[in-house]
Formats: sequence, structure tokens, C-alpha cells
Amino acid sequence: MSTTIAETQDQIIDDFSLMDDWDDKYAYIIELGKKIPGLPDEDKTETNIIKGCQSKVWITSKMENGKVHYQADSDALIVRGLISLLLKTYSGHTPEEIINTEPYFIDKIGMRQHLSMTRSNGLVSMVKQMKLDALAYKTKL
Amino acid sequence: MIEPETIHKNFVFDVHQIRKDFPILDQQVNGKPLVYFDNAATTQKPLVVINAISDYYTKINANIHRGIHTLAERATAAFEATRDTVKDFIHAAHREEVIFTRGTTESINLVASTYGRANILQGDEILISSMEHHSNIVPWHMLAREKGAVVKIIPINEHGEIILEEFEKLLSPKTKIVSIVHVSNALGTINPVKQLIQLAHRQGAKVLIDGAQSSSHLDIDVQDLDADFFAFSGHKVYGPTGIGILYGKKELLEAMPPYQGGGEMIGEVTFDHFTVNELPYKFEAGTPNIADAVALKYALDYILKIGKATIRKHENELLSYATGKLSQLEGIRLIGTAKEKVSILSFVLEGVHHQDLGILLDQKGIAIRTGHHCTQPLMSCFGISGTSRASFALYNTKEEVDIFIDGMNKAVKMLR
Repeated sequence: MSTTIAETQDQIIDDFSLMDDWDDKYAYIIELGKKIPGLPDEDKTETNIIKGCQSKVWITSKMENGKVHYQADSDALIVRGLISLLLKTYSGHTPEEIINTEPYFIDKIGMRQHLSMTRSNGLVSMVKQMKLDALAYKTKL
Repeated sequence: MIEPETIHKNFVFDVHQIRKDFPILDQQVNGKPLVYFDNAATTQKPLVVINAISDYYTKINANIHRGIHTLAERATAAFEATRDTVKDFIHAAHREEVIFTRGTTESINLVASTYGRANILQGDEILISSMEHHSNIVPWHMLAREKGAVVKIIPINEHGEIILEEFEKLLSPKTKIVSIVHVSNALGTINPVKQLIQLAHRQGAKVLIDGAQSSSHLDIDVQDLDADFFAFSGHKVYGPTGIGILYGKKELLEAMPPYQGGGEMIGEVTFDHFTVNELPYKFEAGTPNIADAVALKYALDYILKIGKATIRKHENELLSYATGKLSQLEGIRLIGTAKEKVSILSFVLEGVHHQDLGILLDQKGIAIRTGHHCTQPLMSCFGISGTSRASFALYNTKEEVDIFIDGMNKAVKMLR
């Protein structure tokens, strides 16, 4: 039995609970951001872009064996790190599970301001886009 | 009565004393003492302004101009006293040339919608510069679209200065309005507006000066500048939000149609007719933002008490100190290196996204602004998507600049 979206989120929350210093949390997120493969330039298109006021997010998805797989990128590093966590959480799950699970971990690890700053980055829109893609695949099933 | 000059001469500038006038500065943000370097977005308010708002609602609140009872008279007197102070603050010739608005944006929209609509014809040209805030771009585009007019852009050089020869080339008898920022919010550049106005007037164009960023730093004399319109906001001169000023030359304001219809702006009303009230009320339909207008006087008096020359000297010291320190950082590029600047420091750092820098500095209690600063066309002139901007006010200190530089070094280490 593979890990559920909720289990991955709980694991992330556990990991962050070991860090009480904000510098450590951000250093960790930044390292994650540096590590993700991101997207090749040809996928950073106007169709795949989610425009924020300050930074950009690009996202692509595909359906394989009933599971949705996402790839995403951003021009800002902290957003990239948060993207990495979102991909780890949602990628490789069924449309049904993706649609029905909220990214509650972001609040729990103290990163809620990055979701509420709607004009500043595309994270909120990214979660929305991930769910819309999942919904589109579900209707095709 | 003590003459203002005497007060000015006896005033000794001590930034630590000044800071006591701004209660908001004395707090921790994210566990660190607040360093507020976002003054070009809005300035903090001295206690006299905060108290003025509270006192207004505690003691004198009433609707103005119409009432015959005592509170209405007091509220009207306080409101109109601000008009007199603004008149002196910008050296207007007449008090009725001072119109209360919600802010610079509304002031510019007012001119575009009234003077613009009444005077701009198809094929006419409106000149703005490359460094305008969206507030001084969009109203003119809207007007041009409606009238079939053309908005032309005055180019700038790599330092972020208007190229005078290019401006002269763009001017022609077709030019009806020139609308230019006095001080750029994104670059800090002080534009030679007196000279620009002279050149524009030779071609018969009217000139609006966006003074949102200049009014807290520079002495404003609309008569000496010969500005036709001058706009600024209360909240950037240590005053409240939601109150701003439009200055206009009396003969222009008199000839302009009203902006909004409603109470206050009318003389007589019947069901099929109205007559327009006299200046300045003609442009002040509806119950205005009385409390904030009343408090604005306290902000302007506060600035005048210290003296803009004193404020400028302090801010310029901070600017050159911070510029020197910042220039030592590897991969730094200052955006806006004009000879004449106010205390605005805009920059990009190689390999560092401005949003990341803003987030990490915020964790250290340091507030700067990152992004395009509502000047997207300007950002594309420099080939960038945004900058990080630190802007200093009279209450900032060199110690704060040191904390900022230290925070920058740490952030850069994490991000590169």
C-alpha cells in the first residue's frame, strides 16, 4: 500500500517540528528548492504559467496508470522549495484523492503567509491548478 | 506667538528623540526589533497625527459646511484649517486651489476625467515619462482610448534620468498634457520639473506633477515651478491614508467641469437642473474624509517644525551610507543612479530573486519592498522583473542600515 497524501503531509509536519529556528526552516526549504529538477525551458510557456505579483510558477501534469504526475518550477527559490513539498505530497496520486485532500501541512509548518499573500506569488493558484488538472483527468476516466 | 522661523532655528535634530514620536517603531517583528525601510510605500505616523484622529472623533465629529450647531462649526474650522496649511505647504496662491481627494491616484484621475475630457481631442498627445507609476499611466491611457488621443513616452537614460533632448523632440503643438512624476518611487530620481514645465508651456501644454514621492523630502513651491496641477498623498507625508491633495491653478479649475455629482459640489438643484458650487467645493462631492483631512494638518506641521532641509540632510546621509555599504556586495546592481536622488535605494542582486530576499529579511524584522513597484514599463526598460527597494525616512538610523546590510549578507549566503 503506497503512502497517502495525508501521510506524506504528516511526515512533512514531523520533519519541520524538529526545527524550531526559522532560519533552519527557510534554509531547509531553500535547499529543497535548489534540488528540484524544475522544468525545461520549453515547458515554461504562457500556457503553463501561473502569474503572481512577484514571482512566476509554471506547472505541467500528465496521467499515467490512473495517477496524476506533476512537474513545476518557479523563478523564486523559496517558492520552489514549497513547490517541492507540494509535488512530493500530491504527485503520483489518483485524481480523486488529489481533489479531496487540502494542503493542510503548509499551515502546520508555519508557511501559511505564503498561501495568503495571493498577490505575491502563485502558490495558491498552483494548488488550484493541480486540483483542476486532477478534475480534468477524472472526467476523462 | 512664536514665528515658525524661530522654531526652526532652535530645533536640534536628534533621531532618537524623533523615534519617540513614532510609537509603531518600538516593536518586535518576528522576534526582532522592527527596521522599517518601506517608507516610499507609506510613512509611519507621529503621535500628534494619531492623537488628532482620535481627538477628532472624541471631541468634534460633525458633518461639515452645512450645520449651524457648534460641533459642525468646529469640524468645519478644523477641516478648512488643513486647507490653509496645505496652501502654505505647497506655496499655492489661493486656498481654493487646494482640493481634497483620496490620494494622488484620485487626484490624477480627477484631472484626466475633467480637464482631460473637456480639452483632449482626437489626435492630441499626452506625454508621460518611462518612470511613471501605474497611477500616472493608466488614467491617461483610459482618456486616450476614449478620445482617440495618443500617449507618448519620454525615454530615460541608464541612470534613470529623463533625457531632456528627447523630451524636447516629443513636444509639439499637439502636446496637450504632460504628466510627470516629481520623484520616482522605484528609482529615487528627482526630475528637473521646473525646466520640464517651462519647455512644455512653450508648446502650450498643461503640466501635472505627481508629487507623491517628493512632498515629504523636497520643498514644494507650485508657483515657482509654475505647475498647472500638483498631486500628493497624505500617507506619504507622515499623515493618514485615504486623504490626498490636488492643487490646480485657479483659472484651470474654474474652467473645468465637476468630477463627481452629489452634495457639497452644487449651488442649486432642481429635478431637471443644477448649478455648480464655487471652488474648491465644486470638486468635493459628498461628505469628505473629514477626520483624516483634519489630521493631515498635524502631519504637515510636524514636517515644517523639523524643516525639510533638516529631514533631507539626515535622509541623504543614510542614503549615501547605505549606498556605500550595499555597493560592496558581490553581484549588486543599483537601479536608479541619478545625480539628483531622494533616499530610495533600489537594487537587484545576481542570482537572488527579490521575493526570496524580502521573505528572509522579513524574518529578521526588516521591512523592505520587493517587486515591480507598480512601474512595470520602467522595469522592462531596465530588463528586469522587479527590484528590492529600501527607502529611508527621517526616523531611520545608521544602526538600522547596519542591521539591514547584515541581514542581506546572511540572506545572500542562504540563497546563492
